[in-house]
Amino acid sequence: MIGLWSIPLLFALPLALGILTLLVAPAWRVRLSLLGLIPLIVASVAVAAGLVLDGPQVYALGDWDAPLGINLMVDGLAVGMILLTTLVASLCALYAAVYLRDLPASSSFFWPLLWFLWAGMNGIWLAEDIFNLYVGLEVMGLAAVGMVALRATPPALAAAMRYLLAALLGSLAYLLGVALLYANYGTLSMAGLHEVATPQVTTHVALALVILGLLLKTALFPLHAWLPPAHGGALTPVSALLSALVIKASFYILLRFWITLGPEVTPLFTAQLLGALGAGAVFYGGWMAWRQEHLKQLVAYSTVAQIGYLFLFFPLVTGTSPEAARLAWDGTLMMLIAHALAKAALFLSAGNLILAIGSPQISHMVGVSRFRPLSLFSFGLAGVSLMGLPPSGGFTAKWLLLHSAILSGQWWWLVVLLIGGLLSAAYIFKVFRVSFREGPQTDYLATPPRVLDVTAMVLALGAILIGLTAYQPLHWLRLGSPFGAG
Amino acid sequence: MSGALVFAASGVVLFGLGLFGFIVHRHLLRRLLAFNIMGSGSFLVLVGLAQDGRGVDPVPHAMVITGIVVAVASTALALVVFRRWYRASGRTDLPEDT
Repeated sequence: MIGLWSIPLLFALPLALGILTLLVAPAWRVRLSLLGLIPLIVASVAVAAGLVLDGPQVYALGDWDAPLGINLMVDGLAVGMILLTTLVASLCALYAAVYLRDLPASSSFFWPLLWFLWAGMNGIWLAEDIFNLYVGLEVMGLAAVGMVALRATPPALAAAMRYLLAALLGSLAYLLGVALLYANYGTLSMAGLHEVATPQVTTHVALALVILGLLLKTALFPLHAWLPPAHGGALTPVSALLSALVIKASFYILLRFWITLGPEVTPLFTAQLLGALGAGAVFYGGWMAWRQEHLKQLVAYSTVAQIGYLFLFFPLVTGTSPEAARLAWDGTLMMLIAHALAKAALFLSAGNLILAIGSPQISHMVGVSRFRPLSLFSFGLAGVSLMGLPPSGGFTAKWLLLHSAILSGQWWWLVVLLIGGLLSAAYIFKVFRVSFREGPQTDYLATPPRVLDVTAMVLALGAILIGLTAYQPLHWLRLGSPFGAG
Repeated sequence: MSGALVFAASGVVLFGLGLFGFIVHRHLLRRLLAFNIMGSGSFLVLVGLAQDGRGVDPVPHAMVITGIVVAVASTALALVVFRRWYRASGRTDLPEDT
């Protein structure tokens, strides 16, 4: 019962905090926000406990029935995303509370935007109908654009503008797809669409529009051009939030569409095409990451590459055996979680290294291993998960995807996994090669506050630990999905 | 062709026109206007197509009202970012380097 009551709190709380933090004086915004984390964490845990005890359920907001009211779906996938969001965003908030201390102008607007972003994301994870997914996407997207612009320098403003244009184009394409689906089937609910959707021209045109819009928002190669300046140029806690969580939201919607419409409706050709684009992202992103000179740009291009792995889901799940499809589902979600934790850790520790050496250039990191071993260690641990070395979440994810590819007889995706791992190793070791070199000592090496190192370390440890304890979380993530809870 | 289909077809034409403008123009204000035309197009499709043969349906109206609110908010945000960008750089378009 506690779990049921906590469901609406998951976005009522962030929305209320977003408005409250705007109303109070800037000096109080940090304190109010840190205080607000506590009830939100409690509510997330309560919803998760409710899922484990009572199983998946649909919650009618305010007891109004759809289509007039809003239905919220609480299944394994939604709860998994909620817990992931709570963990990553809370740690980023702690980091930001310290990191933004010297940037009062950015700090005063960071907090309201963080809460609106959080409300949008929780709205997406819980939405049961395709229109509320659109609303959630917009709330989250507009807050994210505001966060990119926080730095208020010309490059940051240009990046925010580019991001906004891409996001707007993406959501309109999505909305047009929703309009076609509603006109054809007269329902917006996922469960309803699952019942009535058939493979016909309207469905395919609508699906194409939805996919195109979401690909633009997820920044899948070749629609990724807006991502590196936006993620690499933002303030460090913002970069971490955007790369770890925000781009996952549009992928999550695509995933929901795919499993809602089911294998009879989703075309095999599109699935293979999405996989091929994913492969392109892995190669191009990895190559570009290796070529970057700025530390955070390297991490941003690494995101472009890692998004590619998520899209291997579509060819591995469409028209394959149930066993292969289940492995693909497990592997993709493990990849998503591991990447969220590892990428947040990577951005935060990169921010710490930049604070320490006072320069974003990788070549200026000579000798940093001796002075900032902890920051570099978090960077390395997160790197282990990105490369897919055991024992880490990244390794478990790739292992599951590899099994799925072999079972479904699509050996060519193995090449993507292999070369992608090598490319990630190349760009992670590029940073290490410089940092372990002994060179002319810089006379200024700042010591960032302890909190910054600890939050990055916790996230990096999380990316490793999730690989060691994958079995039970994966079991819970399958609750309420078409892949069975076995 | 029924009245509802006429609305929907005009919506698609508007969406296409807007998309064209969005792609060919470089001036950010023009691109923003093009985005608003695309938005109006998709609202027309939403209201028009759903009326076809099923009588009056309130759900698309509710959706379009929400959509208009979202479009107004996005336009406002875009204008603020554009103004800051113009003041900081003196340019009305985005640098095409990346």
